[in-house]
Amino acid sequence: MHTAPAAARLVPVLTVEDLTTVFPTPRGLVKAVDGLSFSVGAGRVMGLVGESGSGKSVTGYSIMGLVEPPGHIAGGRILFAGRDLVRQSRTEMRSLRGRAIAMIFQDPAMTLNPVLRISTQMVEAIRAHEKIPRAEAWKRSRDALGLVGIPSPDERMSAYPHEFSGGMRQRVAIAIALLHRPSLIIADEPTTALDVTIQSQILARMQLLMKQYDMAMIWISHDLSVVSRLCDDIAVMYAGRLVETGLADRVIAHPRHPYTRGLIDSLPSRARRGERLRQIEGMMPEPLDLPEGCVFSNRCPRADAACRANPVMSVSTYGAWQWRCVHPLNEGPVHGHS
Amino acid sequence: MLGWLIRRVLQAALLVLATTVIVFIGLHFVGNPIDILVSPQADSVERLRLTKALGLDLPLWRQYLRFLDGVAAGDFGISFVYGQPALRLILERMPATFELAGAAMVIAVGFGIPLGLYAGLRPESPASRLVMGASLFGFSLPAFWVGLMLIFCFAVRLGWLPSSGRGATVSILGVRWSFLTLDGLRHLILPALNLALFEISLVIRLTRAGVREVLPQTFVLFAHAKGLSDTRVIFVHVLKNILIPVITVVGMEFGSLIAFAVVTESVFAWPGMGKLIIDSINLLDRPVIVAYLACMVVIFILINLIVDILYMVLDPRVRK
Ligand SMILES: Nc1ncnc2c1ncn2[C@@H]1O[C@H](COP(=O)(O)OP(=O)(O)OP(=O)(O)O)[C@@H](O)[C@H]1O
Ligand SMILES: [Mg+2]
Repeated sequence: MHTAPAAARLVPVLTVEDLTTVFPTPRGLVKAVDGLSFSVGAGRVMGLVGESGSGKSVTGYSIMGLVEPPGHIAGGRILFAGRDLVRQSRTEMRSLRGRAIAMIFQDPAMTLNPVLRISTQMVEAIRAHEKIPRAEAWKRSRDALGLVGIPSPDERMSAYPHEFSGGMRQRVAIAIALLHRPSLIIADEPTTALDVTIQSQILARMQLLMKQYDMAMIWISHDLSVVSRLCDDIAVMYAGRLVETGLADRVIAHPRHPYTRGLIDSLPSRARRGERLRQIEGMMPEPLDLPEGCVFSNRCPRADAACRANPVMSVSTYGAWQWRCVHPLNEGPVHGHS
Repeated sequence: MLGWLIRRVLQAALLVLATTVIVFIGLHFVGNPIDILVSPQADSVERLRLTKALGLDLPLWRQYLRFLDGVAAGDFGISFVYGQPALRLILERMPATFELAGAAMVIAVGFGIPLGLYAGLRPESPASRLVMGASLFGFSLPAFWVGLMLIFCFAVRLGWLPSSGRGATVSILGVRWSFLTLDGLRHLILPALNLALFEISLVIRLTRAGVREVLPQTFVLFAHAKGLSDTRVIFVHVLKNILIPVITVVGMEFGSLIAFAVVTESVFAWPGMGKLIIDSINLLDRPVIVAYLACMVVIFILINLIVDILYMVLDPRVRK
């Protein structure tokens, strides 16, 4: 008898159920996120992966209540701290943002306001949620800069963003995100724009702080090698839908969904020397022009009539491991699974 | 920095020199001021006397050298018409023009930025479309026509506001100001509004374009993600970014406001430099015209200088 993986044993910090986020466009209603469900356990890191345009960022914005109008959440629930975020008022969402849930973004060059000092941007973040004196907020901000490894934080407080390198700017953004010790951080490809050494330094620092403050994190990325190093759990998205989710090690070692397999095979580190890099054939379909049945069927090597016929995708489950595929890989009990 | 300043001053001096040469040659071909200044009944003796008195009997190049000689001593010559030093005539009227242009600028920024901000934040709303449509009129309607309409509506028809002159003034350090008295302020409103019309439209469009450009940037999203209020995001994060281009352009426009004041001052009989220069051109009063243009060149150069410095103060990225 197998026991459920660790993710399911822990109380989730965040549970997303059947989330659908849409953008009305002149050509029709784009379902950027379509019936997405996953949960993030306390103190765990969930990797959200998928090709460009698969809806990862929109998922993050939906949780933050920052979907750009006229886009909006059309259905589902986002359960966090005993509340459904979809049903919160604007004021309630504002008070959660930055305090209980924080978000950091991909491009460190554009995340900080170029014309405001670092101190201004940090102090305002504290005082948006806590009515404390400016001087006290300043001290806390400076300590936060030290915490993320910025040298001589006292002087750096009065600097402007352009006086920092890309890596340092991302550290400042992380320091801001950590100011209120949120229980969940959404990190939207925060290291993609940085070079590899800086990337590993920041990853190591993040991991340390996560453990220290017992925070959960959603790590959005299309870099599976980072995800396999950092994440406990993984959720793979394709065209706005979840195609596979489970423990990161196991899913990456023995993917069930052909799309996950494709993502793993296209990693440069997987290819042997001289061997051509493997890619997933074709392109992700246009959001307004999705294939019938399985959305991946037009690119899938295993697809047959059954995949294209079945309009409602079934979810198969093996513990907390779920996949949406008519012809999954690695069927049967997985080796090494207790 | 010092080298840059010296270069600027040299450029200005050259520009002033070139302007004066052009005015001298140009006016020489336009006509003879004696024909205008002397009454048609005057005899040739009288004409000759006046020609000699004004130094117009000399060849043009000698007139110019004499003028340069005077300029070196800060003297732009005596007005043919008023018999007073030309520079003093200009400087006396300068505060009135500056007051008018300054008031127009305040109106342009005071109305333009809020309207532009609204239009940028709500681009689809009917009110925004109305504002943007109206700003097109501000660009294209001729200033003198709008001035006449303003007089017709508010002065003639409704009788709310006076239509000419500066009204009561208060003297501070020997300079008279209208905006410090209620009557003066009432006199200032219509001409300032008239002069501001183009600038309001410009500021609206600049502000709106700025808002549209800044809103989709990640730092705005991040500001929201920190849990800041909408007011703080708009009035600190967005506004501070768009103020830089707006202030730069508006500062540069101050020069054009002073230049365009010519039309408004004529329509509203506002006793500034613009009205003086129009009268002087009609009378071919060369010393005044030359002094005016020299002043304008200096003013433009000073404005550019101030805007450059302001830009450095405002934008941390160019500050060093
Ligand atoms: N403002 C918008 N208006 C219309 N459609 C949008 C908008 N924002 C996102 N979308 C749609 O949602 C889809 C998913 O976008 P999203 O930014 O979430 O992708 P992503 O997975 O984060 O990609 P990337 O890896 O490139 O960041 C896009 O392909 C697009 O069709
Ligand atoms: Mg994205």
